[in-house]
Amino acid sequence: MARSDVQLMLDVKAGDEQSFELLLQRYRTPLVNFLYRMVRAREEAEDLAQEVFLRVYRARKDYVPSAKFTTWLFRIATNLALNSVRDNRHQRMEVSLDAPVTMDAEDGDEKPLDIAEKHPNIEQYLVEEARKKMIRHAIDKLPEKQRAAVLLHKYQELDYGDIAKILECSESALKSLLFRAYETLRVELAPLVARQGK
Amino acid sequence: MSCSRMENKILAYVDGRLKESERLQVEKHLAACGACQLRVNEFRAVTSLLDEVPQIAPSAAFDVRVRARVAAEPVQQGWWAWFTPSPRVAFAASLLLLATVWIGYEQPQLSFENSKEADAQMMQEMQVLDDQDVISNFDPLKDLPQPVQPEDQTNQTGQPNQTM
Repeated sequence: MARSDVQLMLDVKAGDEQSFELLLQRYRTPLVNFLYRMVRAREEAEDLAQEVFLRVYRARKDYVPSAKFTTWLFRIATNLALNSVRDNRHQRMEVSLDAPVTMDAEDGDEKPLDIAEKHPNIEQYLVEEARKKMIRHAIDKLPEKQRAAVLLHKYQELDYGDIAKILECSESALKSLLFRAYETLRVELAPLVARQGK
Repeated sequence: MSCSRMENKILAYVDGRLKESERLQVEKHLAACGACQLRVNEFRAVTSLLDEVPQIAPSAAFDVRVRARVAAEPVQQGWWAWFTPSPRVAFAASLLLLATVWIGYEQPQLSFENSKEADAQMMQEMQVLDDQDVISNFDPLKDLPQPVQPEDQTNQTGQPNQTM
């Protein structure tokens, strides 16, 4: 039977390095994806995820299982991501004005030009890519805290109470925050939403 | 239930996270409110669209980098670690103790032998010193100036005499 996150962390606290490795395997993908969707740059997301794991490791001796491990983990990740977004906001604005126009890129990861070879139905592929891009951009346009709330709610499937703890607000304030975020997404994605509803 | 009260419940309803009693209240309102029913449908569409965003996989070097950074962390020790001897310190302390015991055991014998040699040498030198006739008739000693009287050691100004 798989050990719980809390048990693994308590084992890490007791000096079991292998348990830390298991936590790393369990949470690296959700953590990197969460941070990637927050900071919109793959390399930076990985750097931040490494920092999260390092902070967890450093805090092992003082770890007390007073809350869910995921709440603690994503609280560290969210704080790092929000700080990073705020620090880089000005820099990003400068870059975006001077950046050359490229093909659609997953935040800098340019697509190969031989897409016609890989995708026989190129028209359908381009429609799907445009759709994904629109969804991604709608998420990106949300204010940082709303974006974090949506990502934790939608992709990590955390309880409202846990997300509220991570974002350091009341559960009622979180519900209001999420409502506003989904309202914004509903408006931004109106063309897709209308098609989805048919 | 009013439309404004629906705002805090609509997402939880879409997620299926409402209590049974709350869910029934919401459904009662939705049955009578076309605008809220439309919003529920559109929220469902939005959550469905969010599922289309692809996941990325961490790079192959990610785990290696995390392990390297963790390995570079200094070893944390509590205050009780002071009472836990490390193998190197214990070994060094044992060597020091052995050396102390060995020196303590060997030192009396060495000093006894050394003192016998020193006594013998001193006795040889004493024979020369005890030969009073040689000293009293030793010519160079006769040329030495007479010892200065104590009252002449200072002049009238109180300054000590200085011989060049």
